[in-house]
Amino acid sequence: MSVPQGSCPVDPGQMEALLLDMAKGLLALVKPEEELVLLGIRSRGLPLAERLAEKLRALSGAPIPVGSLDITLYRDDLTEMVGSPIVRPTEIPFTLKERTVVLVDDVLYTGRTVRSAMDALLDHGRPRRVMLVVMAERSGRELPIQADLAGIRVQVPPGHRVAVSVREIDGTDGITVEAC
Amino acid sequence: MTAERYIFPHKHLLGIEPLSPRDITALLDQAQAFEEVCERPNIKIVPALRKKLVVNLFFENSTRTRNSFEIAEKRLSAEIINFDADTSSLNKGETLIDTAMNLQAMHPDLIVMRHSAPGAHTLLSRHMKASIINAGDGSHEHPTQALLDAYTLRKHFGRLEGLRVAIVGDIRNSRVVRSNLWLLNRMGAKVTLVGPPTLVPQEMKATWPGIEICHDFDAVLPEQDAIMMLRAQFERGTGAYIPGQGEYSRFYQLNPARMKRARKDVVVLHPGPINRGLEITSDVADGPNNLILDQVTNGVPVRMAVLFMLSNPHGEQVP
Repeated sequence: MSVPQGSCPVDPGQMEALLLDMAKGLLALVKPEEELVLLGIRSRGLPLAERLAEKLRALSGAPIPVGSLDITLYRDDLTEMVGSPIVRPTEIPFTLKERTVVLVDDVLYTGRTVRSAMDALLDHGRPRRVMLVVMAERSGRELPIQADLAGIRVQVPPGHRVAVSVREIDGTDGITVEAC
Repeated sequence: MTAERYIFPHKHLLGIEPLSPRDITALLDQAQAFEEVCERPNIKIVPALRKKLVVNLFFENSTRTRNSFEIAEKRLSAEIINFDADTSSLNKGETLIDTAMNLQAMHPDLIVMRHSAPGAHTLLSRHMKASIINAGDGSHEHPTQALLDAYTLRKHFGRLEGLRVAIVGDIRNSRVVRSNLWLLNRMGAKVTLVGPPTLVPQEMKATWPGIEICHDFDAVLPEQDAIMMLRAQFERGTGAYIPGQGEYSRFYQLNPARMKRARKDVVVLHPGPINRGLEITSDVADGPNNLILDQVTNGVPVRMAVLFMLSNPHGEQVP
């Protein structure tokens, strides 16, 4: 969808419905024998992954392990940043071997975060396959990376910011588009 | 998120003295993330310092500190040069500044240095573009040891504020004590220095007014949460300050009899290397209350945190 600046393509009440659609969509994409694990990319990918796992469990009856990934140390612009960012722990308390790993993030934009996340996760093991699920996919890719599933897809010109809020971090759910 | 991003404001780590509580907490938090890297089942290496050159410049002997730094550097994917004082031109009369200028010409990003002269690092930092990390300067400071001690205590107790810590032994000759005093005081721990009057200079109270000094180990033992035993450093002249090793052990050795006076859940730290049977007996050093090997393990993520925090260009810089 194409949205004007300052708009709210998704308001608080819609986020849960989107997550449920994403959970259904994800189950349709995987084979029954695949063992799913979710890895939320910090910060906002983690609560989204936890909520998605809850919906998947409700739909399929099977609990889905959730881990977190901090990609700071794998960023390609790390040495150009002013000061060193604080690194938060990566928590993957289960094996990735032969599992289907679903990376969960809030926004897919340039693709650089996902590139870093793939490097980071491959240091933890060799999954059977890796998928990408995002709440919002926007235009502006700088790497050949695409999402397997997105809550919404938005066309926005450069110089705009697509921001996903989650109640666990921001106090409220929603997606906004703003000029930056 | 609108929260202001914290930027570590120091270019060098010359000591704990210049650090604020916020800086110390940032380093310890950062070390926690690196501990996860060190505990990984598979690949314990991250690309954070890729393409950075680190020089390990050791003018004084060191095994564990140097190994710990080298492991930390390797786990961050840094390029490493080891520069040994023994094999360098220092034996041919080159000055410290000349050595430094020659190193500078090779454009290192970070220099980890141990030197016997207090303040050698400060001198060097004025002549170098690289960030300098003090790995021990005489009896002045040993900041990464204090950080790993604090990390070990914080991990065990969940806090530093209000902890009662006795530091016991050769206070006079110890750089570990000075760094620990800056750190523990700044973070709100209650420190008691314990040792014979000749080895515990009273004037330390002038620099750290919050500390207690006590010469009776048995009297202060029961109320401590942590006991930090120091190495009796005979190579630095400890022997000249005490009547003999036997007498030293009688009053200041941590042994099973003394442990009975301490809290059941007291923890025992020692920066190493240990003089078994002198300042501490083997059954205590290897006993259930000891965190001595935890300190060694924690040294790596703490040094990774220091290297990482200093490796990026800074905003407003203070030494």
